[in-house]
Amino acid sequence: MSDTHAQSVAFVRETAIPPAAPPSTAAGPVKWVRDNLFPTWANALLTVAALYVIWLVLSSTLPWILGGVWNTNSLAACREVLDGRSAACFSVLTERWHQLLYGFKYPSELYWRPNLALLLLFFAAAPVLFFDLPRKLLIFTGLYPFIAYWLIWGGTILAPLVALAGFIAGYLIYARLVKASFAKGFLGGIAAAVIVWGIGGYLIPAGASDRAMLEAIPSRDLGGFMLNLMLGVTCVSLSLPIGIALALGRQSNLPLIKGICVVFIEFIRGVPLITLLFVASVMLAYFFPPESTVDLFLRVVIMITMFSSAYIAEVIRGGLAALPKGQSEAASSLGLDYAQAIRLIILPQALKISIPGIVNIAVGLFKDTTLVSVISLFDIVGMIRGPILASTDWNGVYWELLMFASILFFVVCYGISQYSQWLERRLATDHR
Amino acid sequence: MTTLTDPPKESFRLSMLLNDTRYRSLTMQAIAALLLALAIVYLGNNLIQNLRAAGLNISYGFLGSASNYDINQTLIEYSSRSTHLRAAVVGILNTLLVAFLACVTATVFGVIAGVLRLSPNWLVRKLMAVYVEIFRNIPVLIWIIIIFTVMTASMPAPSAFRGEDPASSMLFGAFAFTNRGVYVPAPVWGAGSLVVVVVFVLSIIGVFAYRRYATKLLYDTGKLLPMFWPSVGILLLPAILAYFIMGSPIGLDYPELRGFNFGGGIKIGAPLIALWFALSIYTGAFIAENVRAGIQAVSKGQTEAAAALGLRPGRVMNLVVLPQALRVIIPPLISQYLNITKNSSLAIAVGYADVTATLGGITLNQTGRAIECVLLLMLFYLTISLLISAFMNVYNNAAKLKER
Repeated sequence: MSDTHAQSVAFVRETAIPPAAPPSTAAGPVKWVRDNLFPTWANALLTVAALYVIWLVLSSTLPWILGGVWNTNSLAACREVLDGRSAACFSVLTERWHQLLYGFKYPSELYWRPNLALLLLFFAAAPVLFFDLPRKLLIFTGLYPFIAYWLIWGGTILAPLVALAGFIAGYLIYARLVKASFAKGFLGGIAAAVIVWGIGGYLIPAGASDRAMLEAIPSRDLGGFMLNLMLGVTCVSLSLPIGIALALGRQSNLPLIKGICVVFIEFIRGVPLITLLFVASVMLAYFFPPESTVDLFLRVVIMITMFSSAYIAEVIRGGLAALPKGQSEAASSLGLDYAQAIRLIILPQALKISIPGIVNIAVGLFKDTTLVSVISLFDIVGMIRGPILASTDWNGVYWELLMFASILFFVVCYGISQYSQWLERRLATDHR
Repeated sequence: MTTLTDPPKESFRLSMLLNDTRYRSLTMQAIAALLLALAIVYLGNNLIQNLRAAGLNISYGFLGSASNYDINQTLIEYSSRSTHLRAAVVGILNTLLVAFLACVTATVFGVIAGVLRLSPNWLVRKLMAVYVEIFRNIPVLIWIIIIFTVMTASMPAPSAFRGEDPASSMLFGAFAFTNRGVYVPAPVWGAGSLVVVVVFVLSIIGVFAYRRYATKLLYDTGKLLPMFWPSVGILLLPAILAYFIMGSPIGLDYPELRGFNFGGGIKIGAPLIALWFALSIYTGAFIAENVRAGIQAVSKGQTEAAAALGLRPGRVMNLVVLPQALRVIIPPLISQYLNITKNSSLAIAVGYADVTATLGGITLNQTGRAIECVLLLMLFYLTISLLISAFMNVYNNAAKLKER
């Protein structure tokens, strides 16, 4: 009788109760909302305030965007369609998108050239950005600057070919001599490249650009977002090697070289980019030989490259400083000389550490390319403030244009920073 | 018995310049010096030839001549008959003014956003992430233009404040937001106002003295004095008493509509507001990230250890987390201040008369002295940034972890 307890207790359950679902307040969306939005009174107030802010922003912008007009020819026509309603006139974008993207002088039948250059840029950048791709693709990356130059500026194909030939000759000589000593290879390579360029310069016949396959476009005709992209890509890629050299120079124990690098870096980092652009627009011409005319685009590229190389140098110096001293000592004890140690041991590790910083600099620099509008280059901001807002058709349509420019920049910059975060995770080889 | 003799002295050979590490560094530096000298000679020669061809010379005499242009927002006396040098000084003061204002507000925005990004509240966290990402990824020049457009295109004209039933009215009867700028009340310093100011300064010193005394008492005897209310009392009461004893010497000059525009009060021009606000929210987004990183850099064990010792959450933050987080936050914060100062040169895009707009803009265009103006401009910014980085080095040395 003892196993049923029938006498002592009124009821004994003999099977387990099936598990019940947790109460609705302890699981599922209700719990999530309580934990994340209303855990305490103060937090509940914050949530309400945040909801109010979101409502304010959306209630004023959404109707304005959704009610936008896309197909009129001028602001007056657009206002007529809107009939007193407050909504966007996106028709300025449908009518002037080509000016915003390519500037107002680039011939519209040639838009395929920058488009193709942009498309190829993705292929050229891919092997640099993603290491898993086959290394052979880097050959195309090396060729890309010459192809892009030819596509965008047009003119005779001989000029980029001669430039390419110079680089190839330099590389071949370098590869042959570097086994003896790095200095010999380096100097020999430079000498070979200069010789090829000198000879090539004579070989290009005068007036070759006039009967070239692609029509030549002067650089003052470049503009719009294309100009921002070109300045950003060119200056960042040019400033990487210069930045590495400056960082190594700053770490060097030769006082003179170190001094030059420190003065250069600190000087450039101490002044705003605008003053450097002023230098490019009004001052730099004085430093070129009197008979030469260097166009504004090139002068701006020179100054922005100097600017970003100083910043990149500081980032790389951080990477170099983060390496334990044992690395270079181990390299020396293995009998590597300075150039070999830097090339094979130090730089691969230091660059890996500094990639996030370099990407930050690149994003900042790309945003800073809008400053060229101050020295009357017509990049996208210059186009908005200049030709488009000054035209009688679209005088007064600010928000749509500024929003368009903001979205373009946001997409590019946010994309790059997401890539940088992915890369950081990818390169994190330490176990944390 | 073996005797050590010096190895035979090698005679110096030319190849040792390249192959012997003792001499190679000298060779390298000699080559660098040579290249540098060649570059300087080449560029200098070009400069001299170009200047001669253009009939120019380098001279700073233009700084003493009359500027012949007006500046709408000045901190010191200035008219179009003043010299170019004075215009440059006006510009420098305007640069420092907007940089200072933007540094203060950017810090406030940044700290609030950075702390809220770590909030347990999901919605607030996401909202702050959106703020940071949007403002970091769009150029500051576009933000300046956007806010300037808000100021000039969306704010009412002064005429909207007129009439029996005006379309716009002043905030609290004291602040007028117009498309020309914001008008705020200006303080009027009457006789005896100096006494009030002196009393106020003394009471600030008094607050610090009281806090020191309270800390000392706490360490010596363990007795805890109340902090907040006595501090407020010491800060405010004497000044208020002095104010009424002296017969309310400090008054306010309210802006009011006179004719077609506002008179009285202080006018903060639309360009200044655009620049100030844009720099604040843009840099605030960067500072928010620094603050967040700084707080996250303090290891969780510190918080837990402090809690285990029985400290309340507020004290954990004040006594344990913040002092350690500040060590991480302040260096990037100072370089953000430096960035604000440099980015304030974008004033030229909205017509705020900072030093880039006066010295590097109008003066340069009027006199054609490009080289001199740009050099002076660079010298100014270089001085500022060297001062700030010198300050940063002092701080870093003071805040460095003292390791044994």
